[in-house]
Amino acid sequence: MGKAWKFGDNIDTDAIIPARYMNKTEAAHLAAHCMEDADPGFAARVRQGDIIVGGRNFGCGSSREHAPIAIQAAGLSAVIAESYARIFFRNALNIGLPIYECAEAVRGIETGDDVEVEFSSGLIRNITKGAEYQARPLPPFMREIIAAGGLIAQIRARNVRKENADA
Amino acid sequence: MGMTISEKILAAHAGLDRVEPGEIISAGLDLVMGNDVTGPVAIQEFAKLEIERVFDPEKVVLVPDHFTPNKDIASAELSKQLRDFALAQGVTHYWESGRVGIEHCLLPEQGVVLPGDLMIGADSHTCTYGALGAFAAGVGSTDMAAGMATGEAWFRVPESRKFVFHGAERQPWVGGKDFILYLIGLIGVDGARYQMMELTGEGIGALSMDGRLTMCNMAVEAGAKAGIIEPDETTLRYVRPRAKREYKVYRSDADAHYLEIYDINTKDIPLLVACPNSPENVKPVTEAAGVKLDQVVIGSCTNGRLEDMEAAASVLRGRKIHPLVRCIVLPGTQTIYLESLRRGWIEDMILAGAAVSTPTCGPCLGGHMGILAKGERALSTTNRNFTGRMGHPGSEVYLSGPAVAAASAVKGEITHPQEVVNNG
Repeated sequence: MGKAWKFGDNIDTDAIIPARYMNKTEAAHLAAHCMEDADPGFAARVRQGDIIVGGRNFGCGSSREHAPIAIQAAGLSAVIAESYARIFFRNALNIGLPIYECAEAVRGIETGDDVEVEFSSGLIRNITKGAEYQARPLPPFMREIIAAGGLIAQIRARNVRKENADA
Repeated sequence: MGMTISEKILAAHAGLDRVEPGEIISAGLDLVMGNDVTGPVAIQEFAKLEIERVFDPEKVVLVPDHFTPNKDIASAELSKQLRDFALAQGVTHYWESGRVGIEHCLLPEQGVVLPGDLMIGADSHTCTYGALGAFAAGVGSTDMAAGMATGEAWFRVPESRKFVFHGAERQPWVGGKDFILYLIGLIGVDGARYQMMELTGEGIGALSMDGRLTMCNMAVEAGAKAGIIEPDETTLRYVRPRAKREYKVYRSDADAHYLEIYDINTKDIPLLVACPNSPENVKPVTEAAGVKLDQVVIGSCTNGRLEDMEAAASVLRGRKIHPLVRCIVLPGTQTIYLESLRRGWIEDMILAGAAVSTPTCGPCLGGHMGILAKGERALSTTNRNFTGRMGHPGSEVYLSGPAVAAASAVKGEITHPQEVVNNG
């Protein structure tokens, strides 16, 4: 369970992690500046397990994977949004950051609400308001990438399986 | 039913007869690209795979263009990671400062990307290459790492929207930048999310290669996977002398399916600007006229090509940039820079009071070479005007084509170029 932090439509990757911090790749450095230009001081207030709630087209703009890395490394456990920009969507899957598409949850959840999400079903519970919302299920292919811990972990596991089979 | 150019390229690279929108496929890649910002993250992920070699060193492209020439020690470390990896892997498409250019100007110019290619690039403006009739999508660093290792990527086959530009004639000074700003204003920043924007009609046919590259460059600003244009004689004239390998021209079938078809009268499109803080906040330049400026940036992967340099120089020639405006010009590649120099355009711009820089993405993403202070305002020929894009979150960016940018630099405020040119 985590506290919700709500943002608006079209939250771009410059807002999630400004380019001025991209001269370094360390996750902790990126995390310290997560959402800085949308909500200064955000990274310091976030607690482990909290959830970002965005509107339409979350993560639009640059291809920087630094954006979902910053969110994940800041301790956020998931993003719920009405829709995602496609590169952010791919990047989040690829690093194993759970993301959910659910317009109803976005409408129902306010900043500070206690929220929990069931990964396998995509069921979102708003503990504070006593409401439930069903996120659009990810295709099994994409759920498998997240469950494996991201694309690299999945390829590694596949390669190990292949080597064992070849041996 | 027939297929679109995009579906045909994906099907061919997936070894399938046909693909349907929504289908998830795995396809072989002709090119995998990254830069000094996204490349190091990909290299770190690649290392975790414990695979020794990239799938093909001739199909991996590494372009140090964002924070180069290295702006600080940390960015120098990023460039070094890219260079060390390029050397260790024998990557052929790698360039140092002095030969490197802005990736999306450099790759088409050098014939690295060709019609019919399927490529991924860890840079959102990889969608630029659709102007050559290639399927080129922006991805993140992990996809780049996986692509470098396996030579493959997964794709959700996108739906296509078709934009037909009726009539070849356009208003004076209007170019590719105005066309694409017009489309983004029309459908919004998520109007083509996950989809292809196929651009066609006499208006596109009459547009130069430079103008087409500008258009496809900003398809991502409408949420698209990419823009794409069927190759025609203009494309092939550009490609033939540059190509060093085979390429294939794909065209959409007459009965291909589109999510929506838009009919646009080319000559209705005026000179446009996108106002802060969204590329969809588009207005005719006349409606934004008078907005005071501190900085003008001419260049970038959007408008850093020869035609853009010519447009800017033609306005700046014999005039003086407003004393309180910093006008920064960034030709997209060394070839563009040198050609602009030989044609006298660089001299025109310097005499007008512009600062001409070596090619770099620099100020576009608030990297270096022209960062804005709090409260400052820029007009830029780049592609994004998000909050804080070019510097302090309290600064503002307007977007336009090169003629409007040059005229506005002279006047010190957003101006229609006709006003400056008519007044001597």
